[in-house]
Amino acid sequence: MLRLEGLDKTYATGDRALKAVDLEVSKGQVLALIGPSGAGKSTLIRCVNRLVEPTGGKAYLDDVELTTLSSAALRRERRRMGMIFQEYALVERLTVMENVLSGRLGYVGFWRSFLRRFPQSDVDEAYRLLDRVGLLHMADKRADELSGGQRQRVGICRALIQNPALLLVDEPTASLDPKTSREIMRLIVEMCRERGLAAIINIHDVALAQMFVERVVGLELGALVFDGTPDELTPDVLTRIYGEEDWEATIEKVDEDDNEASQ
Amino acid sequence: MVSIKRSDGSQVWRKRTTGQSMVRWFGWLVGVAVFVWAWNFISEATTWFFVWDAPRIAGDIFSRATPPRWSYMEKLWEPIWDTLNIATLGTIFALFMAIPVAFMAARNTTPSRWIVRPIALLIIVSTRSINSLIWALLLIAIIGPGVFAGIVAISIRSIGFCAKLLYEAIEEINEVQVEAITATGASKLQTMAYGIVPQIMPAFAGIAVFRWDINIRESTVLGLVGAGGIGLQLSSSLNVLAWPQVTLILLVILLAVVIGEWVSAKVRGAII
Repeated sequence: MLRLEGLDKTYATGDRALKAVDLEVSKGQVLALIGPSGAGKSTLIRCVNRLVEPTGGKAYLDDVELTTLSSAALRRERRRMGMIFQEYALVERLTVMENVLSGRLGYVGFWRSFLRRFPQSDVDEAYRLLDRVGLLHMADKRADELSGGQRQRVGICRALIQNPALLLVDEPTASLDPKTSREIMRLIVEMCRERGLAAIINIHDVALAQMFVERVVGLELGALVFDGTPDELTPDVLTRIYGEEDWEATIEKVDEDDNEASQ
Repeated sequence: MVSIKRSDGSQVWRKRTTGQSMVRWFGWLVGVAVFVWAWNFISEATTWFFVWDAPRIAGDIFSRATPPRWSYMEKLWEPIWDTLNIATLGTIFALFMAIPVAFMAARNTTPSRWIVRPIALLIIVSTRSINSLIWALLLIAIIGPGVFAGIVAISIRSIGFCAKLLYEAIEEINEVQVEAITATGASKLQTMAYGIVPQIMPAFAGIAVFRWDINIRESTVLGLVGAGGIGLQLSSSLNVLAWPQVTLILLVILLAVVIGEWVSAKVRGAII
């Protein structure tokens, strides 16, 4: 579904953020990308939808090669990649509904979007999604009136209304409390399962990642150093990704969480 | 703020080192000396007789200027209306021209940093640096005297001011929100309309009423050079030394400015 071949990014400052990353994500697979700050997690997913231009390698979405697309073709492919952000990245002064519908901008002409005349089917879908995440009553509130968890739900709606095949998720829980974090992760994973979406979720909370995903990929200094199931994350592996530390507590906590979740 | 190590090993903490304090003290000494010297120079060049005489002359003019000639008001309604129109239309035209200039000047939206941006900055600097009276003089020579010349003068003068404040607001937007809109596959124009415009709306409204407020003041004097508005009456009254009329005109201008200030404060309060 998504295939990265030797994807490389060197910033103008000379920092090599990605070192020939090879990665394949199959349809409907939810993958957590873990790694220390500055490992290149954000850069990796931004190179896929080219918010950051990769400097080498190739990225295929199904059979379309993304790195060489013209800007019009790139916009068309971006519609198939929904993105969810760390600080929600809602347009604060627009309403919830406008924020959700902005996910349809790639499908709607300029004047229609400017005059807020979206097709009725888009409007229906927006209401349906807001209802699904429990925010229907907030539809006409301004985005800056919402709490963090609510904003992230709106962010999820905006990504899903694009009708994407792939979700690129950048630290969705980094600014949320532990309970809301789990709710958001659960929502993202559920939505992916319902719609058969593949997802790459950047996350620095290892325990949270282990709870929800089927595959974990570890990135360190721009290179892949681990690719496996959540169970395979042993203290040795975590040391390889993050460096020396006592990891037993982190993993133990995960076991408890798992028990809790299964009860 | 510096930490200084004394010879006995103790650390003291002062705002400045001894050397810096000496330099500053010397700087003040030189400053005071220059001030005293300049004072002497000005004093010698002044005809003090006129200065001592000033209060008496001012009193004389004041007594001749009061009471205002209220009946003159009937000739002022139209010019004050013109003045307000010059300010309002001038501001609106200026905003229309300032928006594209601002987008071309802002580092994050300019189509080209090395060609378009310098041109936009040049427009901003050149329109701002020339006073609206001078613009009016030029425009009267080109398009003849009257209200239209005043409107054009005010709008040209305002482009730079509005564009400068607006492009600074554009540069301060939150880029992540723009990124999020870009990521949906939106076109450049849509990204602007959804990602940037909502973020700069409060600044834009604030700039618009602020400039309108300034333009009311500026348009009251445009008539002095024949560009329409109440300034024309002011200059003709001054020329014939009709002091009671001058007083009335000044009162009318004051009133217009106060009303303008009140309206713009209300509008700003409502938006921000």
